Amino acid sequence: MNDTPLVLEVRDLVVHFSMKGKRPFAPLSYIHAVDGVSFQLQKGKTLGLVGESGSGKSTTALAVTRLVPANSGSVKVKGKEFLELRGEALRNHRNHLQLIFQDPYSALNPRWRAGKIVGEALDWLNVGTKTERKNRVSELFGLVGLSVEQEHLFPHQFSGGQRQRLGIARALATHPDLIICDEPVSALDVAVQAQILNLLRRLQQEMGLSYLFISHDLGVVQHMCDEIAVMYAGQIVEHTDRISLFRNPLHPYTKGLLASVPSADPNHPRDRKLGIYGEPPSPVDPPPGCRFASRCHLAEERCKIENPALRKIETGHRVACHLV
Amino acid sequence: MTPLLSVKNLTVEFTTRDGTVPVIDDLSFDLAPGETLSLVGESGCGKSMTALAIMGLIPSPPGRVAAGSISLQGENLLQATDTRMRAVRGNDISMVFQEPMTSLNPVFTVGDQIGETLRRHQGLTRHQAKSKSIEMLDAVKIPLPTRRINDYPHQLSGGMRQRVMIAMALACRPKILIADEPTTALDVTVQAQIFDLMLAVGKETEAAIILITHDMGSVAEMAERAVVMYAGRKIEEGTVKEILTNPQHPYTQGLIACVPHLIDITSPERHDLLEIPGMVPPMREFGKEACLFAPRCQFADARCHNNLPPERIHSPEHRSICWLENLKNEAVLP
Repeated sequence: MNDTPLVLEVRDLVVHFSMKGKRPFAPLSYIHAVDGVSFQLQKGKTLGLVGESGSGKSTTALAVTRLVPANSGSVKVKGKEFLELRGEALRNHRNHLQLIFQDPYSALNPRWRAGKIVGEALDWLNVGTKTERKNRVSELFGLVGLSVEQEHLFPHQFSGGQRQRLGIARALATHPDLIICDEPVSALDVAVQAQILNLLRRLQQEMGLSYLFISHDLGVVQHMCDEIAVMYAGQIVEHTDRISLFRNPLHPYTKGLLASVPSADPNHPRDRKLGIYGEPPSPVDPPPGCRFASRCHLAEERCKIENPALRKIETGHRVACHLV
Repeated sequence: MTPLLSVKNLTVEFTTRDGTVPVIDDLSFDLAPGETLSLVGESGCGKSMTALAIMGLIPSPPGRVAAGSISLQGENLLQATDTRMRAVRGNDISMVFQEPMTSLNPVFTVGDQIGETLRRHQGLTRHQAKSKSIEMLDAVKIPLPTRRINDYPHQLSGGMRQRVMIAMALACRPKILIADEPTTALDVTVQAQIFDLMLAVGKETEAAIILITHDMGSVAEMAERAVVMYAGRKIEEGTVKEILTNPQHPYTQGLIACVPHLIDITSPERHDLLEIPGMVPPMREFGKEACLFAPRCQFADARCHNNLPPERIHSPEHRSICWLENLKNEAVLP
């Protein structure tokens, strides 16, 4: 596209989980959680991963951070192959990426004071002297809109929104380039969501951060992301920039997903005809053809036999569908 | 038209360490037969507590209905005996909860659980209840109902469980169905299916629906009228169309504007979302002689902090409870 440096480059990422069979010596069956996912993320941009639960968005994020092992594929973080790093090299390279989790209630250690939680990564990596680390923690508290006195409180003394701010401060501690936000606002109250989303966008503008933004809320994704990849049953079915995805969705699943969102505008109710019925296929033995074929109202014979590849339709717009 | 359900000056008090606080403060609204009404607000605003009060399920102690009346077709439910309330619950008024996994009993099949209400309220035999349960599962569009009837809740997906809950709630053809955030735990595609189902089955059984939600999109989709609540009080009431296109209370405006709604994008520009600063006040502040939203309101003045706001009538159906007149609408709908 252009020569902005890539922060993250994922190619053919595959994550399978093995499942014990019903009988003791039965062959293992595999859950195909992520099946050949590829995308790139440029510096300072936000890539959204959307899809229903079970579509593999969170597993993709966890595999990128190596919190679950990937079976094959390549993940390059700032140009360096991340999946092959070991030991000290891995530990040091992990500085470049950080995570913000969905549930701010369970993501913070209830026995630690807020200041220690935020400074944990700095302590582990022995960044600077003790005073420098302390100053950095105070600076981080200011950045996310908390006061320095709150460093001494425990997580239960914060509200949900403030806890998510702590999670963000902790993620920013090591000056990462890439932050993976796994449903960062879905556990928060509506009015607090706006505060956190505005904070994330302000930090991105100030620090040039890149976000891999996972959400099932299409309104939030539309507001936050520059590019969006729609996932279905472990695969990307459509990947394009924000404007063409919402103006000109091509994959029938994307169309159905957009048509399922309730509209707050009484003059433009959603188009109920396009809704998606039924349930996604079992991830254990995915069908050989297009994984969406069983729910697609356009599906033909070919769709049930051959899995469509993700092809380029126009610059920056990739779709996996035989009929587009 | 005479209302089916009429809630008048309802006050529910909870005894806490800070004394007795009204979690629902002087709430009144009517529900017409067959109508869909939505209760909207953030968590902690008393929406679910209102539903529990109607069902007669306020945990007591610490809770207590201190004043007011809830009348179902002229009968005051607050004075009904426990036996009478048991006959009302599940038969005249039934409820669908937020989390289908925790509200279904894991050790009984879904058929048993749907059949239980039918046998209890309509005196059907085990055999009749089973065939009626199959009919209900079919009505909520669960495939292969004859086989699914023997499934346990863990064998069903989240969307299916919520369908079972709806089947159970509608089995006795209640007059009122209360749905407390029925789709927050579900995906949007499933949410759309559940909404369509509730509307269709509700229409068929002529049940009135009370939908509790914080999402204005769901309100627009489902309801005809809405009551916006804040800190236990009603702050705005009107038809959904009026509330969405011409919200009068600053809190309603904020609730609409703070959520990024899906829009047809015309420009790559993205503006910051409008924020409602702060959060719902702690319970000990409830019931103060002031507008409880004032600390978060950008338009608040001395009156708001010191006096209860008056009710303003904007149209026969639309009223808000606020000191300010002719508020500029900041909530720009797409």
